[in-house]
Amino acid sequence: MAFLDNVAGTKPDSRVVDKMLPFITEHYGNPSAHFYPLGRESFEAVQEARKNVAALIGAEEEEVIFTSCGTESNNLAVKGVLKHNDCKKKHVIISEIEHFSVQNPLISFMNDGYEITKLRVADNGLINLEDLKKAIRPDTALVSVMLGNPEIGTVQYNEEIGRICKEKGVLYHIDAVDGAGHIEIDVNKLNCDLLSLASQNFYGPRGAAALYIRKGTKVASLMQGGHQEFGYRSGSENVAAIVGMGEAAKIAKEEMHIYSAEMQRLGKRLWEGLANMFDFLHFTGHPDRRLPGHVSFWIEFIEGESLLMWLALKGIYAASGSACSSNILAEDEEDLQASPVLTAVGVPDDVCAGSITFSLSRYTTDEDVDKVLEELPGIVTRLCEMSPAYNRGN
Amino acid sequence: MAKGPYSEKVMDHFMNPRNMGEIDGANAVGEVGNPACGDVMKIFLDIDDAGIVKDVKFKTFGCGAAIASSSMATELIKGKRVEEILALTNQAIVDALGGLPPAKIHCSVMAEEAIEEALKDFYIRKGEDPAIVQKMKEEIKSAATGGN
Ligand code: FES
Repeated sequence: MAFLDNVAGTKPDSRVVDKMLPFITEHYGNPSAHFYPLGRESFEAVQEARKNVAALIGAEEEEVIFTSCGTESNNLAVKGVLKHNDCKKKHVIISEIEHFSVQNPLISFMNDGYEITKLRVADNGLINLEDLKKAIRPDTALVSVMLGNPEIGTVQYNEEIGRICKEKGVLYHIDAVDGAGHIEIDVNKLNCDLLSLASQNFYGPRGAAALYIRKGTKVASLMQGGHQEFGYRSGSENVAAIVGMGEAAKIAKEEMHIYSAEMQRLGKRLWEGLANMFDFLHFTGHPDRRLPGHVSFWIEFIEGESLLMWLALKGIYAASGSACSSNILAEDEEDLQASPVLTAVGVPDDVCAGSITFSLSRYTTDEDVDKVLEELPGIVTRLCEMSPAYNRGN
Repeated sequence: MAKGPYSEKVMDHFMNPRNMGEIDGANAVGEVGNPACGDVMKIFLDIDDAGIVKDVKFKTFGCGAAIASSSMATELIKGKRVEEILALTNQAIVDALGGLPPAKIHCSVMAEEAIEEALKDFYIRKGEDPAIVQKMKEEIKSAATGGN
């Protein structure tokens, strides 16, 4: 099996799992119970994890808030800023390829008179920095532009974006869910005020994520209750998952330069192999500014879901952004929609494009890449033969 | 292995599509596109003088459900008379496939419509009014529902 859908969540590192298990079995104390060892141990374990996550991104410990998933971190960042009592500004700038967990929370604000500017991206997936400068207004509360895009792999010029925001005195949030643990992150270098990252994307477990909140940044809590997470996020901590995230962060800090380089090498091999395969295969995203080991493309004449299904039958697990494969468990066809990200970077939406994303991990091998390069031609030829759009003659 | 979103029958037709290809010199060709997803299905028929479908082939640019629906549809109409194939509903295709996910029902509708388009083409080529296809379909429907 070649697991190449790591943007959907990576395989947890066994060292992470080993570290977590005791916090499910014997160390089950609630971190808020400070007066007996069982609780105190959990508290310390969470603090230790916080330290490791902070170290991964160059933050202070008190600036790291644990949440349950990347979506929650993004929601807390966007809604938390806008909902804070002191925030009188009613304008937000995002890129048009932000994750749904940044875009969708803004919908309700629009109904309340907030204005959202969505920055267009070029076909390589990058926003234009001049556009950003022009879009910032006196009433702009927040700019949210992601690190790496999971569908097309493009990594934005976050440092420059942060600098612009800082100069103009606007808060900057980075959705770094894709990229954290693979790309060096320093919140001070990036000039960001908020940054989301999720454990499942760098060999930690699901159920733990974090939001970095720069000291002094005013963010309202979305969950009211006890005092946990400095009041930003009430609720009993998911200790085992948080411990796992901490361990994953620690390992990432030590090892990412090694495995990211290897992922990059394998990604390049895959990219070059595909480039020589068909002239009707088109890569998406930026050729160089990419997430390590991320290869995305679409193929004319054939449709993403069919490609995905054949790959799966051959033991290659990938992702597709085409309409047909989206939300297949939906109750009606209205919910099948081609990814807006693909449309934004110029993938024609009049055809149900055969978009495929291969996202590698530290566990990906040369054999996995070979397997794709061996199997794909047969699959594509087969589907082309079946396609009324494909003309052998041309 | 855990089951996917599709039935075994769908997977079988997806992996081993029946009657895939084109018919050179087909006397009826129908093509439909699905605006919901941009997919295209094309059906080729060879209908003899007695009105029997001697041969049928399909080409589909679409999802797993669309490929399986077209494959199954060709099996269901091969050797049948024009009147019989007009009675073929998308529901019959879905049933024959052992069901489709709700969001994918429209893919089977494409197969029904492609056949309908092919039959219209058949009558046009004969110099007749293709409206007859619609009329015949309605008659079949009312006969089916108006029985009681
Ligand atoms: S044909 Fe596109 S969803 Fe089935």
